[in-house]
Amino acid sequence: MNAAREFLWLANGASVPWADVPEWPAPEFVAVTAAELARGGRLCAWFAVPGQSGPRLAAVIAFDADNTLAVGRSAPVAKAYPSLTLRHPQAHLFEREVWEQHGLEPEGHPWLKPVRRQNGDHPAVGRFFEVAGGEIHEVSVGPVHAGIIEPGHFRFQCQGEEVLHLEIALGYQHRGVEESLPGGPHRATLSQMETVAGDTTIGHATAYATVLEALAGAEAPLRAQWLRAMALELERLANHTGDLGALAGDVAFLTTASACEKLRGDFLNLTALICGNRFGRGLVRPGGCAQDLDPARAAQLLKRLQAALADVAEATDWLWDANSVRARFELTGTVSNRQADEIGLVGVAARASGLVRDVRFDHPAGWHRFAQMPVSTWPDGDVFARARVRWLEIRRAGRFLGEQLAAPPEGGIDDAVGKPAPDTLAVALVEGWRGEICHVALTDGGGKFRRYKIVDPSFHNWPGLALALRRQAISDFPICNKSFSLSYCGFDL
Amino acid sequence: MFVLDSILYRLQRGCQTMRYPQGPAPALPDRHGGALRVDAAKCAADCDACVPVCPTQAIVREPGQRVALDLGKCIFCAACIAACPTRAITQTNDHRMAVARREDLLLGGPGAEEVRLAAALNGKLKKLFGRSLRLRQVSAGGCNACEADTNVLGTIGWDLSRFGIQFVASPRHADGLLVTGAISRNMELALRKTYAAVPAPKIVIAVGACAIAGGPFIGHPQVLNGAAAVVPVDLFIPGCPPHPLTILDGLLRWLDRLEA
Repeated sequence: MNAAREFLWLANGASVPWADVPEWPAPEFVAVTAAELARGGRLCAWFAVPGQSGPRLAAVIAFDADNTLAVGRSAPVAKAYPSLTLRHPQAHLFEREVWEQHGLEPEGHPWLKPVRRQNGDHPAVGRFFEVAGGEIHEVSVGPVHAGIIEPGHFRFQCQGEEVLHLEIALGYQHRGVEESLPGGPHRATLSQMETVAGDTTIGHATAYATVLEALAGAEAPLRAQWLRAMALELERLANHTGDLGALAGDVAFLTTASACEKLRGDFLNLTALICGNRFGRGLVRPGGCAQDLDPARAAQLLKRLQAALADVAEATDWLWDANSVRARFELTGTVSNRQADEIGLVGVAARASGLVRDVRFDHPAGWHRFAQMPVSTWPDGDVFARARVRWLEIRRAGRFLGEQLAAPPEGGIDDAVGKPAPDTLAVALVEGWRGEICHVALTDGGGKFRRYKIVDPSFHNWPGLALALRRQAISDFPICNKSFSLSYCGFDL
Repeated sequence: MFVLDSILYRLQRGCQTMRYPQGPAPALPDRHGGALRVDAAKCAADCDACVPVCPTQAIVREPGQRVALDLGKCIFCAACIAACPTRAITQTNDHRMAVARREDLLLGGPGAEEVRLAAALNGKLKKLFGRSLRLRQVSAGGCNACEADTNVLGTIGWDLSRFGIQFVASPRHADGLLVTGAISRNMELALRKTYAAVPAPKIVIAVGACAIAGGPFIGHPQVLNGAAAVVPVDLFIPGCPPHPLTILDGLLRWLDRLEA
């Protein structure tokens, strides 16, 4: 392969001129993308960019071991291109999404159906996979669920208690986040980024701010990067603690459930101590942060953090000790290391299947260039592994916060960020508590957004839950579901 | 051994449920700010500095008119407060914001500087729901933060069930709906069907800026800008998301359970 036809390499949080992104005719672009994935690349984003002569495909690929990203694009595609999914299942949902958004058909795609498109007063969920046979029955759940949970539809094909196949249909939370972005940023854009997934406000707002800073050739002040990194870990602590409590609750282990559900709120209140809002609204903004952490506030944060961490340690110790819990968690909902790699899992779910995959470590940007933490993995791929990785990350996040609070960088927290450069592509990855958040922005000739792609970690991971349910008792669905703890709104956009 | 350990731990921790509403309400975070207050009389003539900074277009000022802020559309970003040169818009640090009529969230008119809090139910509805309210939650086109902070009310610190309020797993078992989200068009049918499945008399509570007016997604063609487009709403609880205390205050105020 000659040099002019290689993918363009860039670092996380960097921008490149769109004209420099190498272009291939669509069939060759699919072939070179497949080759990059075959030699260890991972698909962070696969999307299309509308243009006068037709939409172009674009790919962002991560080479985790090389700490680098690669981008490439196709020439305008008329109607169809050969499907990448046939060789790399991790492209499966991406190709469905491109088909739905731009009408480009991935020829040979094994399961081409809508992702989140509207069909009157409900989503166009399409036909479900059906298993036939005298002993087969179908269970249909949702969109409205039996609790305070986001909407989604689950269709199980069962033989007795055993699930042969689960298909997940989403789109109910679709509220037009991506569609509203061309021509932006608009007045409401930052607020919409904070609410792509409300429990991941810091993660998505940091990705958005990083993209805007990269487009303007600017960088947030160090102290703001420090604040963002700490807020990201507080977000992780709250959600991981809540998930451990919910997992305990789903196996009726109520002592840990009650304790952790309350402790989750204690962590949320630490975020509110910094910015006033329990979910971190209004803290991160392009150019820096809106609120600073004065020494008195930092001291209070540390004190309350240590108390909450000690309580979480005590509450989860019972969980790990209880045979009744281990019997339910172990060997339940297993996703093998090979499956996890093939379908492109990210975050907790990937690391619990033994994959060493963590943006903070592999693609450090912002404060993570200066302060690292080890990647937490567990080899087994079951519910226990996903719970255990959360616990490891709680401890490491706690230690990280202690270290950072002990050595605050000086200086301001907010710089004016300039105008985005025209015809430029920027990529930002952030390791949110669920996993890799990917934002890709492409500007037009006037520096406005021409295309903005958001990939929530849930987009990669929902197929993992479907796989985890194969050959499981349907009664284990709640703990399998909770062990992934995926976002509906982050997927639906 | 862990059984004895955990029993001992539970004994040591004691009751962790807050005293409120018998005791004082827990303090809001000091940077939270609470509800807004609009003293339109303080506005400089022709000043509309707050209007363009509002991300959800919650503030309008027509030429020659008073400024009007719709707390139902507000996502509490406080950009207007920073932009206001005369301190006409201020934070009250008050967690109470629930209203029974949509227009009671419009701030800025004479005598309407702050929200007009919901009055307690009376008559038949109070008799039916005052001591036992079963709700079905419908999440429809938001970000899951309102859902998260509604869930918090079920934890041991808040213990919503001590007021007889519970979330149930079927609309057939419910007295009403608690709705969150901007009502995506993709959830319109599900919301309509869920409402129809609740036996009458039934009530609807809209929690959060999205369910009241669309929140950050207001005006998107993919949403219906709030629950009232599909079902009649009886109680509006503003916030993005509302603090758990704001939601609890709304429920208790409305059920007349605050003056115990």
